[in-house]
Amino acid sequence: MRPFAVVCGAALALAVAFLALPVVAVFADAAPRDLVSSLDDGAALDALRLSFECSAIALAIIVAVGTPAAWLLATRRFPGREVVVTIVELPLVMPPAVAGIGLLAALGPNGILGGITDRHLVLQTAGVVVALTFVSAPFYLRLAQAGFTAVDPALLEASRTLGAGEARTFARVAIPSARAALGAGAALAWGRALGEFGATLMFAGSFRGVTQTAPLAIYERFSTDLTAALALSAVLIAISAGLLLAVKLATRDAVG
Amino acid sequence: MLTCLLLPAIGCGGGGSDDLKVSAASSLKPALTALGGAQFSFAGSDQLAAQIRSGAKPDVFAAANTKLPDALHADGLVEKPVAFAGNRLVLAVAPNSKITKLSDLATPGVAVAMGSPSVPIGTYTEKVLSGLPASERAAIMHNVRSREPDVAGVIGKLTEGAVDAGFVYVTDVKAAGGKAKAIELPAALEPDVTYEAAVVKGSKQADKARAFINGLLSGKGAAALRRAGFAPPP
Repeated sequence: MRPFAVVCGAALALAVAFLALPVVAVFADAAPRDLVSSLDDGAALDALRLSFECSAIALAIIVAVGTPAAWLLATRRFPGREVVVTIVELPLVMPPAVAGIGLLAALGPNGILGGITDRHLVLQTAGVVVALTFVSAPFYLRLAQAGFTAVDPALLEASRTLGAGEARTFARVAIPSARAALGAGAALAWGRALGEFGATLMFAGSFRGVTQTAPLAIYERFSTDLTAALALSAVLIAISAGLLLAVKLATRDAVG
Repeated sequence: MLTCLLLPAIGCGGGGSDDLKVSAASSLKPALTALGGAQFSFAGSDQLAAQIRSGAKPDVFAAANTKLPDALHADGLVEKPVAFAGNRLVLAVAPNSKITKLSDLATPGVAVAMGSPSVPIGTYTEKVLSGLPASERAAIMHNVRSREPDVAGVIGKLTEGAVDAGFVYVTDVKAAGGKAKAIELPAALEPDVTYEAAVVKGSKQADKARAFINGLLSGKGAAALRRAGFAPPP
């Protein structure tokens, strides 16, 4: 038992050190003064605003559509369910460049739905939302499905026995019971959306105030002004960490 | 890595440690891939220069301008750069496009892609546009939908139909096969496009790196560049 505990402790220390090092390095290299001055730059503020707005819209769509979809996947057995689950999870393992090419091939002007979408999505802010939704939806769906699966069937049964319909049981019992998982899924999806780079660049391009999100602005700054790139990176990390933490705290009391 | 060990006979781009590492401008991809003989990393020249500034050590840096290698040389990060090719800026459009000249880009509703301000293709493009009357330049800039990090992004947005026109090198149009056609720019506006390469200081294979660069000036290297549409260096 004791040597095993040491191994686990060492593994955790290694994981924390490895994952925290780049974050620490960004903050160590970005002087506080640079952090502030990087926000004086109009393009940086535009990028942060765009990242926040587009990821928030993407998250709203994901939660609105994803919650009932995940409920169905968690509570019903139907033919082809495994295939559906795999399709839903596929973007998790897809390289962003592949996601970008796929979105172009589907929703680009020359894509299979190009007759409808034309240029209404590609190189437009709406296209950023589409790209963010595509890459981050599986994070929410995956965790929401697991959360609903873990809800005690006796609770749901009790609700139905007491006369609540399926919709009411879903809204009043299932969602509150799975709150922690839904919150964790939303936080992960939001974080993934804030960090999205490849699919956004390929599908939506990069234009200040329209499609240039914070990661794209950081990439552009890397070649001209490393200090500004570091500062904007630090700001993005701080915002993402704040979001993750806020969602964790908001759903904490539901965790055992 | 394992695949490399198991399949030495067919060669593996993933590369052993003694492969020459060449960081090269995106526009050089068709020519250098055809030439082979090294492990290539293609991106915007500005990104590659920034990587070298951050401590990355490829053996060779090949850029789509003279400014970036010269600046790295001035800072002691690369050896003296050598001009090894020239290129020409053109306007790329779809084969069936109604656009026939530069001024057509000022028409409302036309969508244009160009390089970001820091990548050479973007700098060259801005130079071309700065030679236009202010109102025409403003109208064209108003139609720009994306500032791409490298020229591959510009040509990609065009061939995907996301834009009607993009400023690229003539070699990119050639590489795109039938998917794009080139419209010449007015001679008076054409910028000088010279590619320079340099051995990165600290390279463990400096001799091999120098030989690679010299190889671009004659023989097989020069032939690969000409085939891809590059001009001899000025």
